[in-house]
Amino acid sequence: MMRKLFSPLATAAALALGASQAAHAESGWSLLNMTQGVTAMSRQIYSLHMLMFWLCVGIAVVVFGVMTYSIFTFRKSRGAVADTTMLHSTTVEIIWTIVPIAILVATAVPAATTLIKTEDLRNSQLTIRVTGFQWGWNYEYLNSGVNFFSRLDRASDAARQLGSGIDVTTVPHYLLNVDKPLVVPVGTKVRLLVTANDVIHSWWVPAFGVKKDAIPGFVNEAWFNIDADKAGLYRGNCAELCGRDHGFMPIVVDARSQQDFQTWLKDEQAAEHPAAANSSAPAAAGSAPAAQ
Amino acid sequence: MANNDHAAVAHDHDAHDHKPHGWRRWVYATNHKDIGTMYLVFAGISFFIGGTMAMLIRLELFKPGLQFLDPQFFNSMTTLHALEMIFGAVMPAWTGLANWMIPMQVGAPDMALPRLNNFSFWILPFAFTLLLATLFVPGGAPAGGWTMYPPLMLQGGASFPMTIFAIHMMGISSILGAINVVVTIMNLRAPGMTLLRMPLFVWTWLITAYLLIAVMPVLAGAVTMLLTDHFFGTTFFTAAGGGDPVMFQHIFWFFGHPEVYILILPAFGVVSEIIPTFSRKPLFGYDAMVYATASIAFLSFIVWAHHMFTVGMPLAGQLFFMLSTMLIAIPTGVKVFNWTATMYKGSLSFEPPMLFALSFLFLFTIGGLSGLMLAIVPADYQYQDTYFVVAHFHYVLVPGAVFAIMGAVYYWLPKWTGNMYDQKLAKWHFWLSTIFVNVLFFPQHFLGLAGMPRRIPDYAVQFTDWNQVSSIGGFAFGLSQFLFPYIIWKCVRGGVRVGNRAWEGAHGLEWELPSPPPFHSWTDPPSDAVIQRGAAH
Repeated sequence: MMRKLFSPLATAAALALGASQAAHAESGWSLLNMTQGVTAMSRQIYSLHMLMFWLCVGIAVVVFGVMTYSIFTFRKSRGAVADTTMLHSTTVEIIWTIVPIAILVATAVPAATTLIKTEDLRNSQLTIRVTGFQWGWNYEYLNSGVNFFSRLDRASDAARQLGSGIDVTTVPHYLLNVDKPLVVPVGTKVRLLVTANDVIHSWWVPAFGVKKDAIPGFVNEAWFNIDADKAGLYRGNCAELCGRDHGFMPIVVDARSQQDFQTWLKDEQAAEHPAAANSSAPAAAGSAPAAQ
Repeated sequence: MANNDHAAVAHDHDAHDHKPHGWRRWVYATNHKDIGTMYLVFAGISFFIGGTMAMLIRLELFKPGLQFLDPQFFNSMTTLHALEMIFGAVMPAWTGLANWMIPMQVGAPDMALPRLNNFSFWILPFAFTLLLATLFVPGGAPAGGWTMYPPLMLQGGASFPMTIFAIHMMGISSILGAINVVVTIMNLRAPGMTLLRMPLFVWTWLITAYLLIAVMPVLAGAVTMLLTDHFFGTTFFTAAGGGDPVMFQHIFWFFGHPEVYILILPAFGVVSEIIPTFSRKPLFGYDAMVYATASIAFLSFIVWAHHMFTVGMPLAGQLFFMLSTMLIAIPTGVKVFNWTATMYKGSLSFEPPMLFALSFLFLFTIGGLSGLMLAIVPADYQYQDTYFVVAHFHYVLVPGAVFAIMGAVYYWLPKWTGNMYDQKLAKWHFWLSTIFVNVLFFPQHFLGLAGMPRRIPDYAVQFTDWNQVSSIGGFAFGLSQFLFPYIIWKCVRGGVRVGNRAWEGAHGLEWELPSPPPFHSWTDPPSDAVIQRGAAH
C-alpha cells in the first residue's frame, strides 16, 4: 500500500535521473526528487536521502495513522466519552523514547560512514583552485598554468535583465550556462581548493554531491570522481547569498574522457602561454584557437 | 486600589478601574491586558507587512525572468520579510499572549514589573520604524539576508547601522519582556500554584524566557562586532586582518538555534492547552511534557553548527553536530506522542482552536521529519541553501508557530472579550489557511530536491511549474488571512455572550475568572480549591 502510494514519486525520481544533462528538456512537473548524480559519492548520498525519506514516510504513516484514527473514532458527536483516568503510562513512555533512539542509532551509522568517506581527500589526481567572486568563478589548474574566469553566458545575461523583453524559455539552459565551463576528466579523483575574493559563495554541482562554501581568506577542500562512462555537461549554482547577482552565477562542468581532457589542457596551455608552448609544440604556436 | 469587587462579579471596567483614558491608556499603559493587546495588534500589523513582502517575492518568482523587482530589492525583501516575521510578528505575538495569559493562569493581578512592561513594548514600534525606514535610504534596505553574514553584510550602505540599531532595540525589548515573565512566574504565583501545577503554556514560556535571556545578548554581541568592523577598523570577521568570517556564523547560530525554539516552545504550550480542552481529557504525560520542553531547550544550545555543514568544519565537528541534532528528535517525538495519546480515548470536538491545533500537529510533524533529514550531514550537502530548507522552516514556522498563535487567539478571544466569535467564518479561515499553506510550501520540497537554490530572484525554466503552484498557494494563503482581523474585530464589537468557562472542557485558572476578566486579574489570590480545579490539566 505504502509503496503503491509513493510509486509515482519513485518513478519521477527515476525520470529525473540525468536531469542535469538535459534539464531543460524535462517537464517541470516531474522534478520531484534529488537525482542520483554521476559519482559514487552522489549515489551514496542519494541512497542515504532515500533511506531517510522512507523512514520519515514510515514514521508519518504510523503517527498520522493514530492521529487520524483518534480524530475519527473518539468524536463527541459520535457519543465518545473521554477516559479521564488516562494520565500517563511509564511503560508506553519508555517505549516511545527507546524506539526512536534505536531508529536514530540505526540511521546514524550509514550517515557517519558516508560522511567519513566525503572527508577522505587522499590520492587525488588533479587539483583545481576554485575562487568565487561577485559574480562568477575563477578556475586555476594548479601546476599547469591554466587559469580562467567563468561567468553567466551572454544569452542568459541579456534575457535576465529587468524588462529585457526576451522570452527566457527560448534561451538554452537559461541561467545555467556559462561563457567558459570548468573542464575535468572522468574517472579521476579531482580535488577542489575552494576560496573566495570578496564575500562568501558556495560551489555546488548537485550531480557530484558536492557543495562547499567559498570563504575569503580560507581554503576549503572538496573532491569528486565522475564515473568513467559519464562524460557530459553538469550544471550547478552558487548556493550562498552573495549579493545582488547571487542568482546569476552558475557553474558548468564539462566532463571529458581523460584523453580529451589532456588535449584540452595542452590547447589551453598553448593559448595562455604561447611562448612556453612554442618550445614544446612549434606547429601550434600563435595559431592555437581558443578552446571552445 | 479601591476596587474591592470580588473577581467573580461581572462589572463595568470604566466605572470601577482608575485607568487613564484615551491615548494615555495606551501610551502610559501598565496593565498586562492593555500591553498584551498592544503587542498582539503590533504583531498583527507586522504579520501583514511581512506578508506583503512575501507576496512580492512570490510574485517575482511566479515566472522565470525578472518581471517586477530589481535583484537587490528582491534580496531586501527576503531579508526584511524574515526580520519582520521573526522579530515583528511571531515574537511579539508570543509576548502579547504571555502578557494576557500568564497573570491569569498563575493567579496574579498583573505582571510583576508593569512599567518595564510598558517600556519593553514601546521600544518595538521605534525599532521597526527604524528598520523599515531603511527602504528609503541611499543604497536601499539591508539585502544580505536576516542571517547578516559578513563580509556581504559589511557591504551595506546607509541601511547597515540602522539595521544593527534596530536589532539592538528588538533585543533589549525581548530581554526586558523575558525578565518580566520570569519574575512574574517565580514571584507572583498564587499560594498553592506549585511549579508542577502550572499550565504548560506558563511552563513553555518560562523556559522560552530563559532562552531569550541567554541568547539575545549573544546576537547583540555579534551585530556589535559587525558594527565595529564596519566603522571602527576592527577585523573580527575579516581574514585579511586576522579575523574569521565563519566565527560570525558560529556566534550567530549560537543565538539562532535557540531562537528557533523561542519561536516554537510557546506553540507547544498553546497546543498542550487546546488539545486537552477539546479532547475533554487531561494532558497525557504532563511531567514528561515539562521535561521534554526543558530537554529541547538544553539541546538547542549544542546543535547550532548544523546550519553550517558546508562551511568546511572538521570531521569530528560535523559528526558531533549531526548526532546532537538527531537527539532533538527524541523529546520532540515525546511531545507529539503525548498530544496524540491525549486525543486517544478522548471525546473530541472540532471548534476553530482545535482545528488549528490539529493542523499544527500534522504539519509541524512534517517540518520535524524534514528536519531529521536535514540533520544527516552528507544529505545536507545537497539540501543546504536550497528550497528544501525553505520548505522545512516554513513548515515549522507557519503551520507551526503561526497556526499555534491563531489557535491561541481563537481559544482565548471569548475570554478576552466575553463574546463568542463567528465560528463559521473562523472555520473558513482555518480551511483556507490549511489547504493553501500546503499548496504554498509543499512544492518547495520538490524544487529544493531538484536543485533550486534559495534566495534567488530568478530561476532556470524547469522550475517554473512548481514555482507557479507555490505562488498561487501563496496568494490564496495571503488573501485568506484578511479573514482573521475581520473575525477578531467583529468579536470585539459584539457577539453571543460566553460564561466564565467559554469552552466545555477548558481547565485552568483563566477560566475561573469572568469573561471578560476584570482589569486586574486576580486581586485576591484564588483559593486552593479553585487551583485544584484548574490544575486538572
